[in-house]
Amino acid sequence: MSEKIYKPGNYPDLPPPPGTVGVYGWIRQNLFSSISNSLLTIISVMLLYYLIDGIIGWFFLDAVFDADSKIACRKIDDGACWAVITRRVGQFVYGFYPEAERWRIDITFLTMFVAFAPLLYPDIPKRKWLLYFSIFYPFFAFVLIMGGYFGLQKIEYSLFGGFMLTVILGVCGIVCSLPLGILLALGRQSNLTVVRTLSVCFIEFMRGVPLITLLFVASSMLNYFLPPGTNFSILVRVIIMFTFFSAAYIAEVIRGGIQAIPKGQYEAADALGMNYWQKTRFITLPQALKISIPGIVNTFIGLYKDTTLVVVIGLLDPLGIGRAALADTKWNGLSTETYLFVALFFFVSCFAMSRYSLWLENKLNTDKK
Amino acid sequence: MTFFSNIWRNEKSREIIVQIIVLFFLGWFISWLVMNVNANFEALGKDISFEFLFIPAGYDINQYLIDYNNRDSHLRAGIVGLLNTGLVAFFGIILATILGIALGIIRLSKNWLASKIAYWYVEFTRNVPILLHILLWHGIIINTLPHPRKAISLGEVTFLSNRGFYIPKPLTETGIELVYLFFVIAIIFSILFAKYCKRKQDLTGIQYPVFWINVSVICSLPLIAFFISGMPVSLEIPALKGFNFRGGMHMSPELAALTFALGIYTAAFIAEIVRAGILAIDKGQREAAESIGLKPSKVMNLVILPQARRVIIPPLTSQYLNLTKNSSLAIAIGYMDLVATLGGISLNQTGREMETMLIVMLIYLSVSLSISALMNWYNSKVKLVGR
Repeated sequence: MSEKIYKPGNYPDLPPPPGTVGVYGWIRQNLFSSISNSLLTIISVMLLYYLIDGIIGWFFLDAVFDADSKIACRKIDDGACWAVITRRVGQFVYGFYPEAERWRIDITFLTMFVAFAPLLYPDIPKRKWLLYFSIFYPFFAFVLIMGGYFGLQKIEYSLFGGFMLTVILGVCGIVCSLPLGILLALGRQSNLTVVRTLSVCFIEFMRGVPLITLLFVASSMLNYFLPPGTNFSILVRVIIMFTFFSAAYIAEVIRGGIQAIPKGQYEAADALGMNYWQKTRFITLPQALKISIPGIVNTFIGLYKDTTLVVVIGLLDPLGIGRAALADTKWNGLSTETYLFVALFFFVSCFAMSRYSLWLENKLNTDKK
Repeated sequence: MTFFSNIWRNEKSREIIVQIIVLFFLGWFISWLVMNVNANFEALGKDISFEFLFIPAGYDINQYLIDYNNRDSHLRAGIVGLLNTGLVAFFGIILATILGIALGIIRLSKNWLASKIAYWYVEFTRNVPILLHILLWHGIIINTLPHPRKAISLGEVTFLSNRGFYIPKPLTETGIELVYLFFVIAIIFSILFAKYCKRKQDLTGIQYPVFWINVSVICSLPLIAFFISGMPVSLEIPALKGFNFRGGMHMSPELAALTFALGIYTAAFIAEIVRAGILAIDKGQREAAESIGLKPSKVMNLVILPQARRVIIPPLTSQYLNLTKNSSLAIAIGYMDLVATLGGISLNQTGREMETMLIVMLIYLSVSLSISALMNWYNSKVKLVGR
């Protein structure tokens, strides 16, 4: 094998060696770079083949989309029996909200995107005007969903259910827990011993007990702590508990953010003669919140997922609706279909939230520019 | 007037005033709560007492690690529940750790396909509520596995059915003590040997394959003892008698579903923690280790992992803690854990919401506080000393 000898001078660029570029090169580098790697690839391909083959068959090809009962389903084909969903899709979305009034829910949730847009996307055109709408939105949503004003029929809390209930619980919990979480985080970092101790106790207690015990407290005991005769809706009690619970986690995330700010920032603020609230408003929070965005969104996702726990205290969230459907003798035993459907809903919404957090993180990352 | 404004302008005295005001409102709030509780309890004719703990519980628990029947007290029922919580947490943590570490490493592998599969596993798993995982697995076991009569048999010794899993039960006979003894000796030996090798390495720089020697000693010594003492362990294989299996160990559908769900769900989080921990190590560390000629396995064991461990262990423990707290969702499928026994049936039977919930919360609280205290201690021990 003779090496080509190059004398000094200019030579044309040679193409890269074969097998390092293009599709072939990519496959070789990423899938078959070594023996163990090739084995891993083959195992993965086999796994994927069986998985996809089974999933497509069960989910779509052999599935039945409409039938009167499970037995009728099984007579048609042996795949998934989606009839349990398609026959009750209204309940899964709206719970037992009266059918004639469901347009109110539709409008509330469509306008929710308009109300959230200026908060989520700072670059949106006409942001200022949209922000006015965002401030006004909670009242608008409350009136529209609950009714009782402007000739709208009043709807009882107990009729709420399905994905609508999940979104209501999730959004209320998220919106209320962020300010409380910030206050708790500031309290935990405070110089005042009493305030700090109180914050620490609250945070550690909330983080130390399972959410389900807090929900039991909300459903069975909270009334004992209020003046005799007070009785307010279980929905509100549950939202309060969700808020407390996730505020404690958010406080810890933000505390991490506050502690990550270099000491020089505070010293500079002190040198400028800022007081505590100025320092917090202009120095601490903007930086701490930016650092803690991924953690905060993760906590929100956790809260949103935890709304399913209300099924244990008898509220009819999608899981509650699903269990009610399964208790029907017609649909008995179709748990896989029901739960996978609900799982899909949660996957889509939580995945969207985590993608948004990634996007925001990149956008606010000033280091890269 | 100037006196008061001076007090307010002085930072020290202002802090004291603010704290006194906060304390005052706190005291007022607590006394308001206590008054309300008193008034409500008086109206209902209730009192606070823990005597109910010692009266017979009167309900059955289908899974118990210590002897229990329905004539035992509520207290004992609570302990059975607590042990059941521990049992499912134990199995769940083992499953989650193994699966999570494997997934975290696969996610970082150079193999594009395998890493994508791990990525989608993580995304699909952690974006679905844990309660759904639990119900889904429970439903799969109960609705899709066959009856015990047609149970799926794995090598005729283990059977999977919709009444749960049946696995062979090891029965110990006399002579087993020797195996235990040898096992203890092997462990003591390997600890001493590891210390000896460490000292030797510090002095001379020579490395010994400590890990493999210790593994083989720990495996082989009890095995030798096992054969010397005449194989004092026999397996009781479950067999179908009538409508159900007899003998062997029985894992109820609830326990199995809970273990799978908690393990699989938490594994997704652990995978991300492991990945983040390994990625957190500066690239220069790996490059430096490679440039002084360390083998890839040594790079991992001597340079990357010791540093990654510091990043990984605190969030890992908090995941274990989350898993334990999430096991309280067992109540949704009827697994009798602490919340389902003391906070569920005992609460409903005795009507003592305050007392039962107080006990349940205190137990969870003390577990998680003690573990986080342990973690703080660990963190301060492994913290890089800032200079």
